[in-house]
Amino acid sequence: MYDPVGALQPGTYAGFAEVQVLPPQGMIVVRGDLSDGALQSAVTAAVPLAMPGQTGASFENGRGIFWMSPDELLLMCPYAEVAGHVDSIGKALAGTHHLVADISDARAVFAVDGVDAREVLGKLTPADLAPSVFGPGSFRRTRLAQVPAAVLCETDNRFVLVCFRSVAGYVHELLKTAAIPGSEVGYWRD
Amino acid sequence: MSTRLGKGGRLLDRSRPLEFTFNGKRMKGYRGDTLASALLANGQTLVGRSFKYHRPRGIVASGAEEPNALVNLGRDGRFEPNQRATTQELFDGLTAESQNHWPSLEFDVGVVNNYASKFLPAGFYYKTFMAPRPAWKHVFEPFIRKSAGLGRAPVDRDADIYEHFHLHVDILVIGGGIAGLTAAKQAAATGASVLVVEQTAHWGGRAPVDAGEIDGVPAADWVKNAVEQLESADNVRMFSRCMGSGVYDHGSVLAYERLTDHAPQDDTPRHRLWRIRTKHVITATGAIERPLSFAGNDLPGVMLAGAVRDYAVNWGVSAGDRTVVVTNNDDAYRTAFALLEMGLEVPAIVDARTTPQSPLIEKARAMGIRVETGRGVAKVKGRARVEGVAITTQAGEGAVLETIPCDVVAMSGGWSPVVHLWSHCGGKLTWDETQAFFRPDRTKAPTGDKGQPFVTVVGSANGMLGTAEVLADAHAGGGAAVASVTGQEPATVPVPQAEAETPAPIEPVWMMPQGASHELRSKMWLDYQNDVKVSDVQLAAREGYESVEHTKRYTTLGMATDQGKLSNINGLAVLAQSLNADIPAVGTTTFRPPYTPISMGSIAGEARGEIFQPLRRTPMDDWHDANGAYWEPVGHWRRPYCYRGVAETAAEAVIREVKNVREGVGLLDASTLGKILVKGPDAGRFLDMMYTNMMSTLKVGRCRYGLMCSENGFLMDDGVVARVGEDEWLCHTTSGGADHIHAHMEEWLQTEWWDWKVYTANLTEQYAQIGVVGPKAREVLELVGGMDVSKETLPFMAWADGQLDGIPVRIYRISFSGELSFEIATKAGYGRALWDKLLEAGRVFGVMPYGTEALHVLRAEKGFIMIGDESDGTVIPQDLGLDWAISKKKEDFIGKRAQERSHFADPERWKLVGLETTDGSVIEDGAYAVAPGENVNGQRNVQGRVTSTYWSPTLNRGIAMGLVAHGPDRMGEVVEFSKVDGGTVAAKIVSPVFYDPEGEKQNV
Amino acid sequence: MLILTCPYCGIEADETELSPGGEAHLKRFGPGSTDEAFETYLFHRENPKGVHFERWRHAMGCGKWFHAARCTVTLEVFGTYSAQVTEPPAEIREKITTKRPGWSWRGIE
Repeated sequence: MYDPVGALQPGTYAGFAEVQVLPPQGMIVVRGDLSDGALQSAVTAAVPLAMPGQTGASFENGRGIFWMSPDELLLMCPYAEVAGHVDSIGKALAGTHHLVADISDARAVFAVDGVDAREVLGKLTPADLAPSVFGPGSFRRTRLAQVPAAVLCETDNRFVLVCFRSVAGYVHELLKTAAIPGSEVGYWRD
Repeated sequence: MSTRLGKGGRLLDRSRPLEFTFNGKRMKGYRGDTLASALLANGQTLVGRSFKYHRPRGIVASGAEEPNALVNLGRDGRFEPNQRATTQELFDGLTAESQNHWPSLEFDVGVVNNYASKFLPAGFYYKTFMAPRPAWKHVFEPFIRKSAGLGRAPVDRDADIYEHFHLHVDILVIGGGIAGLTAAKQAAATGASVLVVEQTAHWGGRAPVDAGEIDGVPAADWVKNAVEQLESADNVRMFSRCMGSGVYDHGSVLAYERLTDHAPQDDTPRHRLWRIRTKHVITATGAIERPLSFAGNDLPGVMLAGAVRDYAVNWGVSAGDRTVVVTNNDDAYRTAFALLEMGLEVPAIVDARTTPQSPLIEKARAMGIRVETGRGVAKVKGRARVEGVAITTQAGEGAVLETIPCDVVAMSGGWSPVVHLWSHCGGKLTWDETQAFFRPDRTKAPTGDKGQPFVTVVGSANGMLGTAEVLADAHAGGGAAVASVTGQEPATVPVPQAEAETPAPIEPVWMMPQGASHELRSKMWLDYQNDVKVSDVQLAAREGYESVEHTKRYTTLGMATDQGKLSNINGLAVLAQSLNADIPAVGTTTFRPPYTPISMGSIAGEARGEIFQPLRRTPMDDWHDANGAYWEPVGHWRRPYCYRGVAETAAEAVIREVKNVREGVGLLDASTLGKILVKGPDAGRFLDMMYTNMMSTLKVGRCRYGLMCSENGFLMDDGVVARVGEDEWLCHTTSGGADHIHAHMEEWLQTEWWDWKVYTANLTEQYAQIGVVGPKAREVLELVGGMDVSKETLPFMAWADGQLDGIPVRIYRISFSGELSFEIATKAGYGRALWDKLLEAGRVFGVMPYGTEALHVLRAEKGFIMIGDESDGTVIPQDLGLDWAISKKKEDFIGKRAQERSHFADPERWKLVGLETTDGSVIEDGAYAVAPGENVNGQRNVQGRVTSTYWSPTLNRGIAMGLVAHGPDRMGEVVEFSKVDGGTVAAKIVSPVFYDPEGEKQNV
Repeated sequence: MLILTCPYCGIEADETELSPGGEAHLKRFGPGSTDEAFETYLFHRENPKGVHFERWRHAMGCGKWFHAARCTVTLEVFGTYSAQVTEPPAEIREKITTKRPGWSWRGIE
């Protein structure tokens, strides 16, 4: 009867790359033994994608499995599905040491889209974003200026970012500032 | 008089005239001018006053090393002091004013210092301002402050924006001269990613002015071809107007790009600070010419020889009609040739060397230039600018042989490699006896994370002064650098060729003449900007300053904004002579970044204004902001301190909010509280280690207040723990403590008890949390409906899951106010909806939101402690009477061993009590309880201090909590607390629980 | 600005993505330990000119604590390794011996 409200209203800022505020996204944290078959089947049953390797990511159409640390995965799915998946994963792993929790509301999600989208992030994170290093499918946890964030390279021109909900406003301003028209360098353009 | 020549000026676009003002005077220049070249073109030889003596100063150099030509640039939001005219490109409408004079540049009162110069020797401040003590505050300091500092601090907010850019490249080449370009071509040929940065707007460095042909074409053409070739390579990026500012650990480099300094505009970044990680740095930073130390070498019109020809060749500017060249090396002869070619006069070349022989000298003689060898300058004639030079024998004491009228003296004391970037991160130097300079010791390069050398220095920066040598060195150095990064030799790129030169050797000249009298030495400037003379350094040496670092600080040599680019080597050579030591034994001062000053804006980057630091907002932040929230920072969060009504002060609002909670019902946004889920078979055991009290025995469905100590035994955090499942606990932390406590838990789990089966998750931001607090709280929830919140179903210190009018919630029956209280958690995305619903339902009960200050008052009335008020990192739970929350049964917990130390059981420790002023007033924040007598420092003895102090609207008087010696044993005793005005206020020691000591109100 | 490779996720992390955690391989002394042992555990730290072992956390990343062996003079990093060991692994020690023959640290060599 209530729709969840994200930290920011979805919308788009037209900088030299587009900064998009995305609507609430279902997210689940799963901690456990990632090599355990039961855990893998529980996770892939909820999000039917390949299990990612170290620092890897599998994603498709708003669903994803992201390797966060050696004992932690982040699952993405439609917001409405979260409760069901938390429940089913919990049941499947009953008796094995694990933790599964809904963290959808604890996060904010942005996309940066455009030819020089990479540069918006380059101004904010010390991670190596060279296309040869951080190409489509790459995923990295790092910082954006002063706060932690996770960055996914969806395509060469589109990046999805996840940060904590409370700093959504800060991150939004950061991204808009970094995307000011005229401040693009074209460093990584072909 | 300096002027624009009718021809020449390879960097000028004479079809693009520009207008600018200097000290309000309108002047003209061309596109391609620097402010310095344009000033000279307009006959402005006087550009500033020196720091100490206010001596008239003119332009000395043509680049980053300029010590004198510093101006206040721009106005309002674009005003900036100490901008170097030699590196500021001219633009239409530029406004500049000279610095450090009053009332005007030409007539300056401060010049009186000049005549008092013999009373202002090295270390003057240290010697003079020592006594009497009161004079410091009332006489010396105001005087020094008035005369201190060049330029003026900006007043307005900076109108420009700045940014950082992080970049990883394989090879970074710093310097876009022929050495940098040659090395870059080597690097480019491998496919490695390469970035080349050049501090000026032009490529090629000095070569287009100084070099002849390279690979059979004029140097400028060779440069153009090389740049085109590099720019077309996919793996190479080239930035001009971008200075390599500093080289740091593990291949970290800052490069400072000046995007709009040459054409100011709104809404795009002015400076971009590149934060580069590179596998290898090639520094091709060239060399800087040294001045010669002769009497009067600071007069306007005395310039570096290289600069004089730069102005002529690059900008078509004559520094004066008649130029005497004074040198100890061949290079300055090029200045004479360049000037003659422009049709200017060179009355003489004064060469300190006795019998130098070389093709350049022959050429000079063949051109009919008078070359005087074995001679030096005894003294420069003139008051406000050069009128002539008195010539003497270099070997002598300064007897004048002849005076030659002239208006410019072009001096060259030789060249010093720019070793700064090599040295920033530990590259060592070696003294080159033959060429009389420090150059990098390539065998002792800065090393990176794998122990590998990561800086290669090439070209003039490596001590190569001839064009052919520079090219060969850069080619070899570039190749070696590339091989070290890629593991393979670069593809064959031919070595660029230039004609070999055979200059006559330089003869070091540190003083001119070498036997100069004290009178002459006290007119020989080493550091133009800070007014340090040869005599000052010699005095410092006589006074026992042997270390170059001490001498620097004592005399201020090299401490000005130019960081001694011109003065360092000359200064330490003078010091070495005075100490009868070798120059390498004296050594150099440390080269520190940045190479030249960079803007504060660029350092801040995006971090200013709204995004100076992260601001954390709760899900109800918008509502608070729209409803009078008077914000208070709590960590990075902002929380309403109170909600101010129309025409209400914050203090009045707090009183209203407190009363409303005590009498009706209030709403608190408690979303900032930390919420950490701890789960696993060993979670209970783990929490027993984390908390001082027992958490493993807590029953599912119940809550318990817990304390956390550091391993050092001190109170660190507190909060309510709820057991939410058989192997699952939810730990609430303080608002500021969530991240820290989560990290603390993970640290112990990962590094000490890694075999324990426990997982944690920081769910702080997953939930909004709302306190519904006050005697009418239950009625509000009942009106919303959806959950049984009766005492029987949901007793004090229990929690239950359910829904309120369709919103899923978890309600905790906990109280931080002493009132009936429900803390309701819901998903953050529903937080605002729940808040609105509670406000609506509470309207009939007079519900009001309350802020953090009311929260504080309410808890203080109840004697509840607050982390950060009652605790400060030196307080233990026992000090606060919290012994009941420290388990006696547990064998171990974090901090237990520490608390076994004798001092922790010392009866003299100050303990928590309540305090009531006898006059009902509020004790001042942080006040101390005074005791009779004084300590060894003559301060009043103390016996306690206030930790929390408030006006209590409930009790209608001031209340406080404090730590007092033997406090709990002194109930009823009156002690005096200090006041800021020096007086004291009397307060009675009472129980810290001021309100409802039996706890009847919260447990209903 | 150091670069350290997090052994848990393999990321070459920038120093600004890490938080420092002081000396590595402290042995905890709890209740019942002597004052001397506890004092050493809590307060005594090495301050070597040369080989040193430290704890770092990949705070702006996978969140894991790890150990780093490093030279405090040249900042050379000999290696990073798991936090879940009580002393430097043989492989790291050998690597240090190759580069700094004769090194020792708190009795380890």
